[in-house]
Amino acid sequence: MNNSTIKLTYREALKQAIREALQKDERVFMMGEDVGRYGGAFAVSKGLLQEFGEERIMDTPLSESGFVGAGIGAALAGMKPIVEIMTVNFSLLAMDQIVNNAATLLHMSGGQLNVPLVIRMSCGIGRQLAAQHSHSWEPLYAHIPGLKVVSAASHEDARGMLLTALTEPDPVIIFEYTSLLNLEGEIPANAGAVDISKAKVRREGKDISIITYGTGLYKSLDAANELATAGIDAEVIDLRSLRPLDEETVFTSVSKTHRALIVEDAWKSVSVSSEISARIMEHIFYELDQPVQRLCGLEVPIPYPEHLETASLPQKAEIVSAVKKMMQS
Amino acid sequence: MSEFLMPSLGADMEAGTLTEWYVKPGDKVKRGDAIAEVETQKGLIDIEVYEDGVIEKLVMQVGDKVPVGTVLAIISGEKEKAGETPKAVTEKQKGEILAEQKIAVSAAPAKDVKRIKVSPLARKIAEELGVDLSKVKGTGDGGVIHREDVENAAKLQKQSPVVETPPVKKPEAVIAEKLIEEAKTPVPASDKMRMAIAAAMSRSNREIPHYYLESRIDLKLALEWLEAENKKRNIKERILQPALLLKAVAKALTVVPQLNAYWQDNQIQIQEAINIGFAISLRQGGLVIPAILNADMKSLDEMMKDMLDITIRARESKLRSIELSSSTITVTNLGERGAEKVFGVIYPPQVAILGFGKVTEQPWASNGMVGVHPVVTATLAADHRATDGHTGSKFLEALNNFLQKPETL
Repeated sequence: MNNSTIKLTYREALKQAIREALQKDERVFMMGEDVGRYGGAFAVSKGLLQEFGEERIMDTPLSESGFVGAGIGAALAGMKPIVEIMTVNFSLLAMDQIVNNAATLLHMSGGQLNVPLVIRMSCGIGRQLAAQHSHSWEPLYAHIPGLKVVSAASHEDARGMLLTALTEPDPVIIFEYTSLLNLEGEIPANAGAVDISKAKVRREGKDISIITYGTGLYKSLDAANELATAGIDAEVIDLRSLRPLDEETVFTSVSKTHRALIVEDAWKSVSVSSEISARIMEHIFYELDQPVQRLCGLEVPIPYPEHLETASLPQKAEIVSAVKKMMQS
Repeated sequence: MSEFLMPSLGADMEAGTLTEWYVKPGDKVKRGDAIAEVETQKGLIDIEVYEDGVIEKLVMQVGDKVPVGTVLAIISGEKEKAGETPKAVTEKQKGEILAEQKIAVSAAPAKDVKRIKVSPLARKIAEELGVDLSKVKGTGDGGVIHREDVENAAKLQKQSPVVETPPVKKPEAVIAEKLIEEAKTPVPASDKMRMAIAAAMSRSNREIPHYYLESRIDLKLALEWLEAENKKRNIKERILQPALLLKAVAKALTVVPQLNAYWQDNQIQIQEAINIGFAISLRQGGLVIPAILNADMKSLDEMMKDMLDITIRARESKLRSIELSSSTITVTNLGERGAEKVFGVIYPPQVAILGFGKVTEQPWASNGMVGVHPVVTATLAADHRATDGHTGSKFLEALNNFLQKPETL
């Protein structure tokens, strides 16, 4: 079959996904701040307005609560809206629409009203945007029943998660990472929809499981490569789906390596890592040869100065040293 | 061939330090012989053997702190001649001893044994491979045992089943060392006793639903009889009032045996022997409760003699193990300088404690007349799980009856 691959940026992968979705299904349309004429705050939707017209690429007022609510209404009325919230930081303004409407209507209507809405949010830390614009709200949304929450760390997922999300009957939130936009990667030329329910082993290893998502994946893979030179064979898992969590993949890996390190940029308390840690302990306690360890964001408002911003997040060097310490005994 | 184990000298004892062997291998011993001296929280105690035989091997050495239930010595039975088992302890027996100690160590209450830190995985694997974790050296942080440690230990075990590998010390030495290490900060004996009392009494108060009864008992007849009796004797043979009370208690227990019992395994276990423990306060603080064994079968004279003997030995810390471990009921007698009433806390697993206050002269109405009589208040604290107030009442009644007929005691 076709084994050829293509090289493209994370941004291009996102754009191809949106274009394919718009081409495939007439009910699909996208709206958000500056997605049309400006081409998207991060140039993800550049050219789509010209290609698909104002009906399907809609610029909205600066009112997250308003246009997320409109998206929910459109979904209830049988459309397949893609709502882009420019960054995760502004999604707080739409929290009520997301939590109280999108996530609950199926339940409140006794199963009559599905909300097939997809919300894309760009996120991530590391671009010196200071405390108010550097949030990692993955744990916040992963907390809410009624939502599916996925994190697109790879080019394949940037290309494929949206397409699958649009086939879901209920609301899906996709986290995209601005720091990855210009990163080039290779994906199959015929890449398309991907499963969004499973975590993925991105690097196989036998000594320790590093469990992560988002940008943590790259730091973890870099760390694993360095660890390999020290004779430590680390397995790296990209969680991908943060709600629901794919326990099976995590448990299988930890049952093999007997050691688990969880890496995430979000603050440590009440986070995805605390949830993973708890579940490992609840279900496979007797597979552990070491206490589960976590490397997370320091619990401070994210600093503006670059060196402090960097210091507030787990970095490759810390992952390497944490793993080495766990491997000593 | 049998194993002589560290006895439990009370419900609260977890280990004792061997301070002296009175015997050496080859010595013949008879049932009841004291063969070693052990220091416990209650002081120095002689421990005796329960069978006739020949000391085959002394497993523990002086200075070892030995958990209850651990082998102290090997004794060959009377019928086996010493010569028939010349190889001392064979490998197989050593294995048995080892296994025995495994059980003893794991059965010892956790609070006294140093917690072994093991990863969950290592614990699971140890169970599968039959590795005794107390003998595995952990290489992790702070001595945590990890999978690799267990697997290495299992490999060694396989290579040389039971036979000790060079770096591994004799199991008894390992245990002893561990305990000695724990006891590195020496605790004064009186503090140890305080701790033992605290533990036993806390447990009692926590677990036992006590009920209390009290009865004032006229001692006029009893004391008059005692005075007349003592007049016939020389000073050394005189009987003191506490002996009379104890004898009456023993007799009353034959009438109401339900109070001469243990509460164990969620049921009352009435004890055949009536061994009355009586509380002795020590000058250095604390108290011990040695028992007068088979008190119901002893004459008043024997009772008196036993009490004197035990009291003296208690103050010298020279009690015997059986005296400290076999009480079936406790009596506390505050004596002449005490309070008028005492409400006791039961010493588990016993189900009753009887208290006598000070004997005082009181106006006493009987037969339509008021006179001044010596009166003692007897109080009973009993375990409501084992008996009800009716039983306790019957007992105090029986006690009173015997004290009104002192000549029958």
